[in-house]
Amino acid sequence: MKRPILLSTSLATLAALLLADALPAEASPRAFVTNERDHTMSVVDMETLKVIDTIKTGRRPRGIIASPDGKLIYVCASDDNRVEVYDAATLKLVKTLRSGPDPELFVLHPSGNPLYIANEDDNMVTVVNVENNELIAEIPVGVEPEGMGISPDGKYMVNTSETTNMAHVVDTSNNEIIENILVDSRPRIAEFTKDGKQLWVSAEVGGTVAVIDPATWKIIKKISFKIPGVADDAIQPVGVRITKDGSKAFVALGPANRVAVVNAKTLEVENYLLVGQRVWQLGFTPDEKFLLSTNGNSNDISVIDVDSQKVTKSLTVGRAPWGVVVVP
Amino acid sequence: MTRMASAVGATLFAMMCVSVPAGAQDGASPTSPVAPLAAKPAKTIGPEQTFLIGVVRQIPEPPPWIAPLQMPPDDLGIAGAELGIRDNLTSGRFLKLDYKLSSEIVPTDGDPLLAVEKLVEAGNRFILLDVPPDALVKIADTYKDRDILFINVGATDDRLRQQDCRANVFHIAPSRSMLTDALAQFLVTKRWQNWFLMVGRTDNDKLYAEAVRRSAKKFGGKIVAEKTWDYGPDARATAQSEVPRGTQVGEYDMLIVADELGEFGDILPYNTWLSRPVAGTQGLMALSWHPTMENWGASQLQSRFFKQSKRLMQPLDFQMWQGAFAVGSASLKTRNSDPAKVKAQMLSPDYDLPVFKGVAATFRDWDQQLRQPILLTHATNTVTLSPQAGFLHQSSPLDTLGFDRPESRCKLK
Repeated sequence: MKRPILLSTSLATLAALLLADALPAEASPRAFVTNERDHTMSVVDMETLKVIDTIKTGRRPRGIIASPDGKLIYVCASDDNRVEVYDAATLKLVKTLRSGPDPELFVLHPSGNPLYIANEDDNMVTVVNVENNELIAEIPVGVEPEGMGISPDGKYMVNTSETTNMAHVVDTSNNEIIENILVDSRPRIAEFTKDGKQLWVSAEVGGTVAVIDPATWKIIKKISFKIPGVADDAIQPVGVRITKDGSKAFVALGPANRVAVVNAKTLEVENYLLVGQRVWQLGFTPDEKFLLSTNGNSNDISVIDVDSQKVTKSLTVGRAPWGVVVVP
Repeated sequence: MTRMASAVGATLFAMMCVSVPAGAQDGASPTSPVAPLAAKPAKTIGPEQTFLIGVVRQIPEPPPWIAPLQMPPDDLGIAGAELGIRDNLTSGRFLKLDYKLSSEIVPTDGDPLLAVEKLVEAGNRFILLDVPPDALVKIADTYKDRDILFINVGATDDRLRQQDCRANVFHIAPSRSMLTDALAQFLVTKRWQNWFLMVGRTDNDKLYAEAVRRSAKKFGGKIVAEKTWDYGPDARATAQSEVPRGTQVGEYDMLIVADELGEFGDILPYNTWLSRPVAGTQGLMALSWHPTMENWGASQLQSRFFKQSKRLMQPLDFQMWQGAFAVGSASLKTRNSDPAKVKAQMLSPDYDLPVFKGVAATFRDWDQQLRQPILLTHATNTVTLSPQAGFLHQSSPLDTLGFDRPESRCKLK
């Protein structure tokens, strides 16, 4: 991270500057955005909303998550068949982990270990110990595994298979599949509510989000979307994020270039927010005041003010931004 | 020549039986005769339903010469069906559904009906066909009153979707009119609407040319010149002198070639009198699939195919994959291998087939043709997919390609 060189005579200023450099952990929240097509990760300062660094990653970075303490950033380098772990403060590559072939999305156990990785090419979920890089299990799932969710208590991991069109529920105590739920076409994301009482699964080509009750693993409701002036087949739900208090859900609608705001209590769509082109994944700031969307075809991210439901800014990042995570 | 891909399937299925935990059986079909076994360890439980899928491919008449890059692989098409079976097994294992493939390759002068008979006797109830149109109609009529579902994965003839359509035949292969409509939409969008049509000597070339003329009329293209290729079957050696002479027809935007056998289309580019691009059966081609497709999950299918067959996936491979997977994806809902039930599911509103082209692909109920986007591609790049933006339709933009409901002459029976 470079800082401007000031030709100041004030010792105090210099001291303050040095201090700021020495304590990067005191910095404002940062967003990390993977750029699938130029093999980089953009780092955004959430205070100034400026890109402060661009880090070269492995090839085709897609899925991105943070450790529970926000100190480590995990990136799926899909074409290099590995997971890369970065220090969120120094932005240095700390280590790489085995991932199985073509990792796309992954999820960490709420305790921070292990890591569950969807191997899109191999019909498999790979379970890896992030401490020692040991392979814990390989779980056979449907064709083209993609979305990865985990219940807040860590008991259930859910993987979606895009061509089989199922959500596979895995018991994390023995890594066995206990349930297979047929959903609509190309399920992309599985996301639990914070209270663990609902599982949301988006279906890109099906155009719906299935809300599932983990008590029975039955679908309670399929949410569908209608936007005046947008063709139905352009409405393709991908990223899903739900506020911690379970009041609102946000659904990225792909080539419809909108993020839907859903009342997570009534499961009714309340609003559509216009963002960039082919909106893909979403990420909240830690205080949930803002939501970021990655817009793959316009090479930018949109900043959404959660309370007012307004898009306040868009900001250019790398080519084909894919995933986003924000750490304190 | 019979080959069974079921050995792989059986192994996969055996593996999967071990890994399916008891909980997964709860949702199983209530009609299942093996339900009482559910309390036993999972590995002793056999499949609840087995889907026997056959393939008949008749080797087409070879062209007089074949460019080295275009040598058809021995397992063309069949390899796609094999991958379809693998993907079916990967999906169906969670519901204890099993799939087996049997393939029959028929020589150019053989009778595909005999191969179909053999497959039917062996119990196959779903049969993928890559055979000439006359043979297809004969096969469909022979098994008219039997519970067999045929899926046309090869023949592009429009008449099979029009006057010669049959209720026991679904069409995965795009029709010629779908292909030429896809091309016409793109050329009109680019404002390259003045076409010089060069037609080969075969009957199929004439049918392709007919489809081009129809598409021109439909979308506002203009055929400003038309010629029949008459430089013999192999004009490679003299192309540089003959093609410039043969293409002096005045101004045009695009040379459209109708050469399904691949006799001469590939020697037209860069040999024309004017500096005009070539499209149609060669040059910029309208296809169901191409190795350069990579968006919308296509790259995953490409890499699964490459891993299996150590070669690139061609359109016929893709169409056969679609044929096998069409049965498989319907089976996840029916959980029953009765062809009538599978057929009903394939036509139901909650059915769609993954085609890795960004939209849902479904079957038209008026002629049982799969509606799906069509690629326009040259040898090393997919340029675009049609339907093009702006070609609107009251129910589905995909129905701007091929014969739409009001134009259909198909009476399914």
